[in-house]
Amino acid sequence: MNDTLRATAPVAVLHGAEKRYSDVTALAGIDLAVRPGEVVALLGPNGAGKTTAVSLLLGLLRPSAGRAELFGRDPQSRLARQRTGAMLQIASVPETLTVREHLTLISSYYPRPRPIAETLELAGLNGLEKRLYGKLSGGQKRRLLFALAICGRPEVLFLDEPSVGLDVEARRKMWASVEAMADDGCTVFLTTHHLEEADVLASRVVVLHRGHIVAEGSSDEVKSLVGSKRVRCLTRCEPADVRTWPGVVDVVVDAGHLVITCESSEDVTRRLLAADPGLSGLEVSAAGLEEAMLQLTNDDNLEEAA
Amino acid sequence: MSATTTWGELDPTPPSFWRILRLETWTELVKLWRLPMYTLPTLTFPLMFYIIFGVVISPPTGGSVTMATYLIATYGVFGVMGASLFGLGVGLATERGQGWMVFKRATPMPPMVHILARSLVAMLFGAIVVAELFIVGMLFGGVEMSAATIVSLSAILIVSSLPFTAIGLALGYLCKPNSAPAVINMLYLPLSVASGLWIPIQVFPEWLQSVATFLPPFHAAQLALDRVGVEPLVDPLVSVAVLVVTTVAFVGITIVAYRRDDGATWG
Repeated sequence: MNDTLRATAPVAVLHGAEKRYSDVTALAGIDLAVRPGEVVALLGPNGAGKTTAVSLLLGLLRPSAGRAELFGRDPQSRLARQRTGAMLQIASVPETLTVREHLTLISSYYPRPRPIAETLELAGLNGLEKRLYGKLSGGQKRRLLFALAICGRPEVLFLDEPSVGLDVEARRKMWASVEAMADDGCTVFLTTHHLEEADVLASRVVVLHRGHIVAEGSSDEVKSLVGSKRVRCLTRCEPADVRTWPGVVDVVVDAGHLVITCESSEDVTRRLLAADPGLSGLEVSAAGLEEAMLQLTNDDNLEEAA
Repeated sequence: MSATTTWGELDPTPPSFWRILRLETWTELVKLWRLPMYTLPTLTFPLMFYIIFGVVISPPTGGSVTMATYLIATYGVFGVMGASLFGLGVGLATERGQGWMVFKRATPMPPMVHILARSLVAMLFGAIVVAELFIVGMLFGGVEMSAATIVSLSAILIVSSLPFTAIGLALGYLCKPNSAPAVINMLYLPLSVASGLWIPIQVFPEWLQSVATFLPPFHAAQLALDRVGVEPLVDPLVSVAVLVVTTVAFVGITIVAYRRDDGATWG
């Protein structure tokens, strides 16, 4: 009984956690629990409150109301931090220390750190251990930050925008490293503003917008919610008519063009072409996350549900 | 299935504080050593001025000791003060600006261990400057000192770095990263001159001499001069009191600024 309870006890919890600054509410009282072994992605556009949520869970910020817990403790407690690794969005680390020197020092804070060689291997930094941080490439610098997060053999790993500013190749390497950690049983909590990243890595996606959780579910569920398409064309179809079609979320007129936000671009395009064979200038694109958020938060059904 | 779920359990082998302090201090030392922007001015400026004014020009002091001996005491204070103000102030402000201090707070690092390590390293750099002055003074400046004087003067100089350590820490937490070097230079040079660290304070007008009695470096210098047989201008107990009060006050400011800094970064 007790064991069952423990097995499901969340690693990290936000209870009605709110963070206000003098004139801004960064986080508006959210509830969130990360369970052992989960890979949770906190998805949202810039300014949604993602970094604030991570900072509360790491005890770097104190909530204005509500509470944050790590391993059932105050996140600032050293016992909680000994089981935690974090990769934050920081500008730089001291440049005149080598990769090995950085790893040796941070590892020493943990009771059961990984051997340095293993950390280097997992982070893809083999052969770079004697290089000064200041002499690393941009991608390598990010990999060192990742290495510093995992060197203490954490049970939970916080990754704040792990692949921001990385090229495609470096991003893939970062994803592989995160997946390796998750396969090893490490709980992962990451923030991202790329739907694709959440889709690749996460078992559960929580969508955050302007400090509120606006959606939550498996990555497929969230993808269908926020992964909407945009169809743009020059047509005689009336915007008011198109708005009533199934699967159409929003219609606006932009420079004489009709811009339709919809769930399935194929269905809408088929119907458009049938209704107006003279249609021209057809473009189909994925709606950006920001548009998808607006769509989510403007949706009457969601507001009623909330 | 069960090993990962016992949240409350104490860890069987918590890492040793002393081992961490040792590593932290060593890492800090290596880091600063590779930073010419710090090591060059810290380790060469006091020596350069000492050679010019104490060894090459070396005017008479009007007292019983030579200028070469007199200036070992005052440039010693100048040296430990620079090592502490720049090492702690600029170093901390820069790393706060990078977000590195926030990252370290998210790790299980024992609180304040990095501050302790930084202070020890700054003290070590101060000690190196003092050693340079003794060596040059005795080899080229005709300075003669008993072993007992060397030991007690060195001790006074190194211990008198404490108030400057505290001031450096406070500035490191109060200054914005880009302004820290400018602010500290603006304090360091005028404070040093006005406290009589570059040339004996007796050459200054009276009003400036009375200003000096409010400055911590002046009191550190008086205690150091007392060791080499220069009659102090104020009661040594007063000097000790000023330095202790300065240390306590700036440690207090540091603690307040450290708490206020929680979570704040630039860049």
